[in-house]
Amino acid sequence: MKINLERLSWVDVFLWVFRVVAIALIIIGIVNTLSSGKYTSEQWGTLIFAGLAQGSIYALIALGYTLVYGILLMINFAHGDIYMAGAFTAVFLADKLATTGFLAVHPWLSLLLLMLLASTISMLLAVLVERIAYRPLRGAPRLVPLITAIGASFAIEYTFRGLYGPGFHSYPDVPPLMGDVNMGTFAVPRVQLVVFFAALVLMVALYYFVERTKMGKAMRAVAEDKEVAMLMGIDIDSVIVITFALGGALAGAAGIFNGLFRPQGVYFFMGFVPGIKAFTAAVLGGIGNIPGAMFGGLLLGIIEALGPNLFLEGLGIPAANQLKDAIAFTVLVLILIFRPQGIFGERLSEKKA
Amino acid sequence: MPMLELNNVHAYYGHIHALQGISLTVDQGEIVTLIGANGAGKTTTLRTITGLLKPRHGSVILEGEDLAPYKAHQIVARGVSMVPEGRGIFAKLTVAENLDMGAYLRNDKSGIQESLERVYRLFPRLKERHNQVAGTLSGGEQQMLAMGRALMAHPRLLLLDEPSMGLAPVLVEAIFDTIQEINQQGTTVLLVEQNALMALSIAHRGYVLQTGQIVLSDVAANLKENEMVQKAYLGME
Ligand SMILES: Nc1ncnc2c1ncn2[C@@H]1O[C@H](COP(=O)(O)OP(=O)(O)OP(=O)(O)O)[C@@H](O)[C@H]1O
Ligand SMILES: [Mg+2]
Repeated sequence: MKINLERLSWVDVFLWVFRVVAIALIIIGIVNTLSSGKYTSEQWGTLIFAGLAQGSIYALIALGYTLVYGILLMINFAHGDIYMAGAFTAVFLADKLATTGFLAVHPWLSLLLLMLLASTISMLLAVLVERIAYRPLRGAPRLVPLITAIGASFAIEYTFRGLYGPGFHSYPDVPPLMGDVNMGTFAVPRVQLVVFFAALVLMVALYYFVERTKMGKAMRAVAEDKEVAMLMGIDIDSVIVITFALGGALAGAAGIFNGLFRPQGVYFFMGFVPGIKAFTAAVLGGIGNIPGAMFGGLLLGIIEALGPNLFLEGLGIPAANQLKDAIAFTVLVLILIFRPQGIFGERLSEKKA
Repeated sequence: MPMLELNNVHAYYGHIHALQGISLTVDQGEIVTLIGANGAGKTTTLRTITGLLKPRHGSVILEGEDLAPYKAHQIVARGVSMVPEGRGIFAKLTVAENLDMGAYLRNDKSGIQESLERVYRLFPRLKERHNQVAGTLSGGEQQMLAMGRALMAHPRLLLLDEPSMGLAPVLVEAIFDTIQEINQQGTTVLLVEQNALMALSIAHRGYVLQTGQIVLSDVAANLKENEMVQKAYLGME
């Protein structure tokens, strides 16, 4: 790249320095950690599997952001709460199933029921948010639906808080998910493998839907050009509803996976951080790009799992594991500086930006 | 009953009064052309027919039915199909997927297959490239795709907005031959063209549009001979 010195502003200089420092720190951290030999390859393997499981949850949520962005060029900032709503509602069914003993007798069927319920609730809520908060504002300046998104987000959070209180509600243990699976030299919690593969199945199903079915093609057509799509006879509104519904359903499933995965359970604010992380994953993969969201989610999961030990410890940062959340947001800042269009994204054109 | 009837249609873009009382008819089986200078309102007229723009006054009537209550996609369902100005193909979809979208509202598998074969017969190039992403087609191929896609809807009324734009003369002729062929197979055509000579040579009748108003209408042969038309649109002195 040729640098025109006269046009080089202080912002550019700062960004270049920042880029160099960021890369140097990451490399130094990795080299220090690896040369110290503190962790075995088995330990890294365990971390990678944990990262993949967590990442597949991010990926499912990220798909909701990216699907909606692809079609409406807007960020549905209530999406994290749509994810929360499904998981939160399903916890009551999970309790019922556990106390009646059904869960112990038919654990897999119970999981399926929970997933269906969470997905349905999240889906309905996503469609409702579109109808109430976004559709009346279509064609309004782009800041406006952003504000209603934040309003919708608060409305959902405080509805749940009002109904069920601010505390945590835990999912019961599901027997077949307990214990570890032996991977040769190291063991991986069974729940992680189940979550990862279940998420993978959903992602493949979504990909098939978007690539192969008539409605999927219509979604891509609407994403490209709404007017011409109408001239094909496509009802734009129904395509938009289906887009929100799909995103919601995936988020609902992700909520169940998260509930199984993390013992602390659900509460009204649980959607906030995963929501922002999944948004980061979507931006990482290239917002609007479906494989990008899947890949971005998995990658973010792995970065987050390895990051504290791999980069931070090597830099001598104490209590690195508590900085996990900071890593995701650092990643967001770094992508926005290095490659704002994301890994698979096209450079944002004037029209889309 | 005419296939299509516009009665005193007024349409606006904000404060711009783009159509100032357009009345025209298109009969079953005809090719009717709409000619006029840049900005005369030709595209706007087609947009009011397809429902992309709703007239503020006046009515658009398709086979006796007022289209006012219908949205664009519902009007397509009534047998109207349009090749938009500048082609409007879906660049990221493949050729075959674009054609699929043309048949979006149809469910008759064998009928769709027949239409597809017909399109591939009309434009063998599209068949060769059916798996190619449409954005990488040449301009002429994109125009063929836009036409083919409109035909996949099996329309009774086909609206064409400058199908010759940006094409080499040989291709222009091929496209016009195709329009005639489509028409002979039973599709009514409303054709908007800058290339007035070509348009008038295949059309049955024509309308001349000037700043949102129809200033002349006649059978095509007479329009070709008309002094004003020759001067303004056929480049003759
Ligand atoms: N989206 C729009 N917003 C504002 N004004 C518009 C818009 N589209 C068209 N117009 C105006 O309406 C008038 C008619 O435009 P229209 O596109 O119908 O012309 P046309 O006859 O199709 O011209 P051309 O041959 O250049 O395609 C023009 O004055 C144009 O500037
Ligand atoms: Mg035009």
